[in-house]
Amino acid sequence: MVKAAAPVAGDLWKVLEGVLDPEVPVLSVVDLGIVRDVRVTDDGVEVVVTPTYSGCPAVKVIERDIVGALRRAGVAKVRVRTEFAPAWTTDWMSDAAREKLRAYGIAPPRPRVGDADADPLVQLLRRQPPPAVPCPWCGAAETELRSAFGPTACKSIRYCPGCRQPFEAFKAL
Amino acid sequence: MGYGSAPDEPETGAGSDAPERYRPVSERAAAVRPSASTGEHAAPLVEALLRLADDRLVLGHRLSEWCGHAPILEEDIALANIALDLIGQASLLLEHAGQVEGRGRSADALAYFRDAVEFRNLLLAELPNGDFAVTIVRQFLWSAFAVPHLKQLSASADATLAGIAAKGHKEATYHLRHAADWVLKLGDGTVESHARAQRALDELWPYVHEMFRTDDVEAPLVAAGVTIDPSTLQLAWRESVASVCRAATLKVPGDGWKAQGGREGRHTEHLGHLLGEMQILARSHPGAEW
Repeated sequence: MVKAAAPVAGDLWKVLEGVLDPEVPVLSVVDLGIVRDVRVTDDGVEVVVTPTYSGCPAVKVIERDIVGALRRAGVAKVRVRTEFAPAWTTDWMSDAAREKLRAYGIAPPRPRVGDADADPLVQLLRRQPPPAVPCPWCGAAETELRSAFGPTACKSIRYCPGCRQPFEAFKAL
Repeated sequence: MGYGSAPDEPETGAGSDAPERYRPVSERAAAVRPSASTGEHAAPLVEALLRLADDRLVLGHRLSEWCGHAPILEEDIALANIALDLIGQASLLLEHAGQVEGRGRSADALAYFRDAVEFRNLLLAELPNGDFAVTIVRQFLWSAFAVPHLKQLSASADATLAGIAAKGHKEATYHLRHAADWVLKLGDGTVESHARAQRALDELWPYVHEMFRTDDVEAPLVAAGVTIDPSTLQLAWRESVASVCRAATLKVPGDGWKAQGGREGRHTEHLGHLLGEMQILARSHPGAEW
């Protein structure tokens, strides 16, 4: 627990590791890379967050949960500040977090490949086959994209011909 | 108006270089009252941010109208997701505009309590959805503009704008791929889908030119590296669009009449109807929370 008088940033990070993403409740906001910094200032604690997607409806809930968790841990004054740069990327997700996702039935994001600055239309017209996304259930290497957009902004829908299961896949962003 | 209806109907969105018969109502435009955000004290940056925000808010709202109505479930989800991204970007941009303006207006105040003449979006964004081909072709034409636009804005001298743009660029890239993929499927698809995609392209083309218009409002911002001159994006945009159209067996229309006026608040009659639906809840119950 954190003492109200002198919170230590390391302890605060531990508290935040217990704050789960409301839409992917197997990952914490730290696992996801949403929490960018925790600062102990003369005027309370400041948590710097970055959104996964501009319109992510979970952002407000996440802010509320962060404040709530730190208050319960004894921090009286918490401020959540949003920073957009550098823009969030799935590359920030740790290997442990990826494994948690897979075990939950969501294919973890592929590492981003190629030149992120390349013209998306040129890539499209070349019709390069996208990297394979293995099935999180049976491990089959070849699966099919069913819908580029999924139930949340961060996921797409795929289908595994091996075990005949649809599954969600984290988009590489 | 000219889009999807007889050309002799009254036209409110046409610019001053449109044929006379297109602009009986546009005389009104010259007398548009200066809005709070365009008065003599308004910062050019607020104006520039409203342009960026309103394109996304209005187009995002249009896409949201497909929710529950798209041809297939996957596309229903896709259009709603794209709408969510665009409205999210708009919200961030409006919040920034409100802060720069310094009059205490929140993103919600700017979204829900401005009237049509105070909106700065492109006419392209407010046109009705039409059939699926019109919606997708519009999304393609606009996203092909938004991607390089956001890419350049991510190097803006305004750090907040740069951050919002860098985030939006990733999202817009995904939208562009999706829309372009559909343009290929529809254009190089059945006789019916090809005809509808071509018709959509022909009908929307007069509205694409407004994306690349330069004006004096943003000149000081462009000089200071805060925003960019959109006309510099036109050549590459035309090449991108032509390459996809070629692969989709679609014919890029010739340039004819160029609709404009949205950036100055001269809109088609469609925007008023859109805003009526979008704003009624907030205006009927000001300050309500749920």
